[in-house]
Amino acid sequence: MGRASRWAAPALSVLLLLLFLGVWHAATLPTAGQQVVDAEYAKLVGAAAATGQKTAFPSPADLGAKLWQHLKEPFYDRGPNDKGVGVQLAYSLARVLAGYFLAALVAVPVGFLIGMSPTVYRALDPFIQVLKPISPLAWMPLALFTLKDSSISAVFVIFICSLWPMLINTAFGVASVRREWLNVAKTLEVGPVRKAFRVILPAAAPTIMTGMRISIGIAWLVIVAAEMLVGGTGIGYFVWNEWNNLSITNILAAILAIGLVGMVLDQMLARLTKLVTFPE
Amino acid sequence: MGNGQLGRRAGVVTIPDSPFPIHAVEAMSDPLIRVEGLAKRFAGRDGAHATVFENIHFSIEPGEFVCLIGHSGCGKTTILNILAGLEPATDGYVFVGGREISGPSLDRAVIFQSHALMPWLTVMGNVGFAVSSRWRDWDRARVRAHCQKYIDLVTLAGAENKRPAELSGGMKQRVGIARALAIQPKMLLMDEPFSALDALTRGMLQEEALRICAETSQTVFMITHDVDEAILLADRIILMTNAPNAKIAEIVVNTLPRNRNRHDMHRHPHYYRIRNHLIEFLVDRSRAFDEESAASGYDPRHPPLVRPGLAGDSPAPEHSIPARPPTAAKPLVAVVK
Repeated sequence: MGRASRWAAPALSVLLLLLFLGVWHAATLPTAGQQVVDAEYAKLVGAAAATGQKTAFPSPADLGAKLWQHLKEPFYDRGPNDKGVGVQLAYSLARVLAGYFLAALVAVPVGFLIGMSPTVYRALDPFIQVLKPISPLAWMPLALFTLKDSSISAVFVIFICSLWPMLINTAFGVASVRREWLNVAKTLEVGPVRKAFRVILPAAAPTIMTGMRISIGIAWLVIVAAEMLVGGTGIGYFVWNEWNNLSITNILAAILAIGLVGMVLDQMLARLTKLVTFPE
Repeated sequence: MGNGQLGRRAGVVTIPDSPFPIHAVEAMSDPLIRVEGLAKRFAGRDGAHATVFENIHFSIEPGEFVCLIGHSGCGKTTILNILAGLEPATDGYVFVGGREISGPSLDRAVIFQSHALMPWLTVMGNVGFAVSSRWRDWDRARVRAHCQKYIDLVTLAGAENKRPAELSGGMKQRVGIARALAIQPKMLLMDEPFSALDALTRGMLQEEALRICAETSQTVFMITHDVDEAILLADRIILMTNAPNAKIAEIVVNTLPRNRNRHDMHRHPHYYRIRNHLIEFLVDRSRAFDEESAASGYDPRHPPLVRPGLAGDSPAPEHSIPARPPTAAKPLVAVVK
């Protein structure tokens, strides 16, 4: 039973994938009959697709070939509109990490201070509640106007969207450190700095890390949209550019890459969270 | 019934050849802890003040083990927190070694009911955190060596690198005891330290507490609602009446010899007299103490010091003890918890 259940889930996953690929493959098989289409449309989408031998949507094999091509040469750079997926992902990752770490640098200390004082907590709460639900992209025009640089504006958008989960979780984690641990520190006449680093920080660390994990997820969601807006480089721009090129295959490849990178980022933070979590 | 009790108490108090002189506490010049007129009040909804307790006077001598017994809600834990410096009193003063306290101090170590260990630290880490807080200039090796001594004292050798989550309830509380003792405080404050444990573990830890206190001649103030625990451990037992307006009804001197133990303590003739006295207080007198005290010239500054253990040796008639057989008394403790 134990052995069976261990392999059941992965086997089912593979089966579902094969089923999905099979349906996809069947759906994109070239149709037999000739089709009469508008000449302009035929020019636009390519003769093969227009005449019905093949749909414009790529088959799994097309995507596989494209992925292989990207994997063989991920970091090529042939001018502003022709860069490898690896290069574009690296641009996006650099922006995300820059904005994310800047946000952590602000959110964790500020959240700590907010969490330590119930008065400050209550005083700042209305501001946080109003600022938190604002779509980070709504800040974009403001950032472009004040920062006057599209790339820095994208980093700012990441900063803004990663800030709130980290800030709120840090404040909550610090505010809900168990009273008894603080009492222990009090009876041991522990100073404020030692108390912050030896008692409050380890006690709040799991909550803080949960906030950081939520933040990296949101940041990775937002970067695609932000780069579609600011253009130039990045995986978001790549997707938009390939839409303009009408290369659905490239778009699919990029979507897959975005998903995989997002998963890796999330798993890394999950590992870190596990490291600081303590069993009660 | 009030008359019978008064008669018995009077009989106890007037024993001439008592080993403990009456008002011994006042006679000694320098108690370690002196509590004067302590009170705690809360502002009620209608602006009136709800008084939990008031006019609390008592003192603790160096090396003495004092238990405080009373029903839930009478402010026992609040009194302990005030002594620890964790909570302010509405009124009154606490003096330690003649100086008024102004907050928590390493002189007064607290053993919490919920053990309050830090789950992200090992046993050594928990004790070490306290030790390095006490002696900030000690190096790592010295802290470790000092911790090891106290971990050995509570017989936890071998578990130094375990986290609290890997320990049983009894072991956790041992770590709490080691952490409190390791800072070598002038006194220990224990808030129902064994109440969350099963009966077997509790008994073992009580005996260990007795042994450790004898070895280190530690001064202890402990809160409990377990009558047997109080008789086993305490030199004096402070009885508190019910809230609101809780006060110290009397202070019972434990006349059992100090080398008592859990196994044959109950064979001593004083044992059931003290036990019945305490249970009778918890069941009946703690509720109606105001009526009783009005007739007896009760003075909260000097709550009567009684020795029910010697009651049988005095002319006080045995039938003044209510007709409750000792065996029937046991479940009553559970009821009053």
